[in-house]
Amino acid sequence: MSRALKSREALLGGAILSMVALIAIRFPQFVAPSNLVGTFNDTSPLILLALGEMAVILAKCIDLSVAANLALCGMVAAMMNTMGIPLPLIILAATALGAVVGMVNGLLVWKLDIPPIVVTLGTMTITRGAIFLISGGKWINDQQLSESFKDFPRSVVLGLPVMAWVAIVVALAFAVLIGRTPFGRSLFAVGGNPNAAIYTGINVGRTQALAFTLAGALAGLTGYLWIARYAVAYVDIANGFELDVVAACVIGGISIAGGAGSVAGAVLGALFLGVIKNALPVVGISPFWQMAISGSAILAAVAINARERRRAGRVILKTAESRA
Amino acid sequence: MTVLPPRADLQTTDPVLTLTGISKSFPGVRALHDVALELYPGQVTALVGENGAGKSTIVKILTGIYQPDTGAIAVAGQQTHFSTAAAAEAAGVTAIHQETVLFDELTVAENIFLGHAPRGRMGLIDWRAMNEAARALLARIGADLDPSARLRDLGIASKHLVSIARALSIDARVVIMDEPTAALSHKEIHELYALVERLKAEGKAILFISHKFDEIFRIADRWAVFRDGELVGHGMMRDVHEAQLVRLMVGRSVDQIFPKRQPKLGPPALTVAGYCHPTEFDDIRFTLHEGEILGFYGLIGAGRSEVMQSLFGLTKPSKGACRIGDRIAVIRSTAEAIANGIVYVPEDRGTQGAIKGLPIFQNVTLPSLARTSRKGFLRLAEEFRLAREFTSRLDLRAASLDQDVALLSGGNQQKVVIAKWLATKPRVIILDEPTKGIDIGSKAAVHEFMAELAGQGLAVIMVSSEIPEIMGMSDRVIVMREGRMVAEYARDEMTPERLVRAAAGLGDGMEEDRA
Repeated sequence: MSRALKSREALLGGAILSMVALIAIRFPQFVAPSNLVGTFNDTSPLILLALGEMAVILAKCIDLSVAANLALCGMVAAMMNTMGIPLPLIILAATALGAVVGMVNGLLVWKLDIPPIVVTLGTMTITRGAIFLISGGKWINDQQLSESFKDFPRSVVLGLPVMAWVAIVVALAFAVLIGRTPFGRSLFAVGGNPNAAIYTGINVGRTQALAFTLAGALAGLTGYLWIARYAVAYVDIANGFELDVVAACVIGGISIAGGAGSVAGAVLGALFLGVIKNALPVVGISPFWQMAISGSAILAAVAINARERRRAGRVILKTAESRA
Repeated sequence: MTVLPPRADLQTTDPVLTLTGISKSFPGVRALHDVALELYPGQVTALVGENGAGKSTIVKILTGIYQPDTGAIAVAGQQTHFSTAAAAEAAGVTAIHQETVLFDELTVAENIFLGHAPRGRMGLIDWRAMNEAARALLARIGADLDPSARLRDLGIASKHLVSIARALSIDARVVIMDEPTAALSHKEIHELYALVERLKAEGKAILFISHKFDEIFRIADRWAVFRDGELVGHGMMRDVHEAQLVRLMVGRSVDQIFPKRQPKLGPPALTVAGYCHPTEFDDIRFTLHEGEILGFYGLIGAGRSEVMQSLFGLTKPSKGACRIGDRIAVIRSTAEAIANGIVYVPEDRGTQGAIKGLPIFQNVTLPSLARTSRKGFLRLAEEFRLAREFTSRLDLRAASLDQDVALLSGGNQQKVVIAKWLATKPRVIILDEPTKGIDIGSKAAVHEFMAELAGQGLAVIMVSSEIPEIMGMSDRVIVMREGRMVAEYARDEMTPERLVRAAAGLGDGMEEDRA
């Protein structure tokens, strides 16, 4: 299985590279370093949310509220900025608020045993409503936000904007968390076979709630980055973005049934969508094609997944067992 | 008990269903051999026998799920074949299973008439007619159920009533009841008995499978005993005594060979005092020593697994305490149970055992991660070492410990599951039906292994419903019945008769000796 996954990530990486190469033949400016950095930077929010979503999906759940959570935390961050609260405190507060929203999702799934899709559909709507209530439906725009607030994600360190660095650092931290901690291991166990996980002493509900909290915290952090980057906050920020996030995970080979996937897969899945989104305007294709292309990519990814699963049948022959 | 009308006609009626010379084999197992059975209209025939005696196989043959290798089935004198379940139903044979095979999301009326619903104009289902007919059927069996209620909102007893109404709706002549009272409460059982009387009065032939002697003697007219796939006796209920039935049931030569061991009992490993649960068990108390194999015998539903699950922290007892070694242990979760040295190998190893998708070594170390990680980080080298140690001890055959456990054969997967538990270095290991559904050869291996564990000083609890296994393996046995401990025998006091009597509620089996 792990070998198949590795080859799958290589496949996805290869697809991204050949896509970039193909575009570069006709439009060499696309592979200019500044444009590649820009593309990666633009994709950073998707990478961050996809990592959180991956933890949730690994644990056999799904979180549809991440985009709304992002928008709420972004709005709160913007409002705190207009009150003159120092930036470190704002970032901390946005992350904490996101974590709380995620934890509410997790507790509802854990303690009340409500299906995750229903819980997060509910909190998604509630959260959007909450943004309207606290902002009165008004926009917070460029002029109202302080320079330091807007500059932080854009300031360049070692050739990359801070926002891109955040995505890289979080991805590396996730690689350690998923691959090298008991919590990461328990995500796979819970998603792979919840019944067996209970018997091995894993608290299934708590593990799932933790995954939701993690996804929420990342949504909160990304909320600040997003608002600062685009210098505007309003109710409908990142509307529908949750579907991009789930799509990135699915394209990256995170099994929607839980228990299978990797950090590299989630990052590559997000990059795949990011490259398409950034390349189409360059190539001169209508953005509406973008939807069709991401849709096809999702179907292709799911089809490849299904084929792999079919191949991994029961091994009955003794000889096949030792060869496997 | 209602007084039955005199039955002068009992022997004179012709059987509605006759089985002759039925044999059925599965690869490596002879399930039924040359079995004959007759069912009479208006009479209840009780079918008794131990687990594995062939009762379920005969039910599956009668309902068209299995086809016999040889032998004939005749309904009302006519030779027939039940090639499908539908064919059996069309011939008027229907079964009410232990766990009902109905549809939870459909209504009572839909369940009763599924496949033969009354049709109205244009071939559409005539809902009003269907609900009316369902109401009439339910009234006929005295069931107070709303035809439009959803089945999932009903209890098991009510679901049985729906099954029976379905049997009436297809005008069944033969009704098979496979341990219908196993999951029912005391009151529901009595209502079921009344219903059986009513079905008898309607002239249905009933095959009643049960382990409970009190109910057999209460409702049956005839009896038949299966043992090891053969019919070893049959006759009229009024001519038989329960002791005779017990003797017929267990009177086998124990041909399985069990490992010989000299148990060396150490200090107490687990002491359970006054464990109670509001609905499942009451006042469970025992002491388990190191190096001991303690058997738990009882009928299905006697509460044995429930006690074990509570010891393992899956459910909370309402009262009681337990001590592990010489420390009082409070077990509120499975993690705490494992930390305290108790592990539980569940009955359903398929869904509760290996985690497919995870490599072998990760499956083995899953409950031991606290030990193999340092400062919150996993140490893969340490995990490999632990996994290698325990899988090699069990002679696991795999190309690499890195491969997905799903790629292993069933037997090797089971070894991974056992290695997983041994790697936690437990003091007490609970094995729930450890040999259920596996072939004789694997059974012997499991028994050998169990003896070895006890020899190494582990305290072993073995929950089993198979008398030979209980007799062959345990140093001591506790018999449970209806959530209570009803008897306890040391190795030299155990006899099959005593176990069966105690489990069936015929006294603890010790009185006859004392007398």
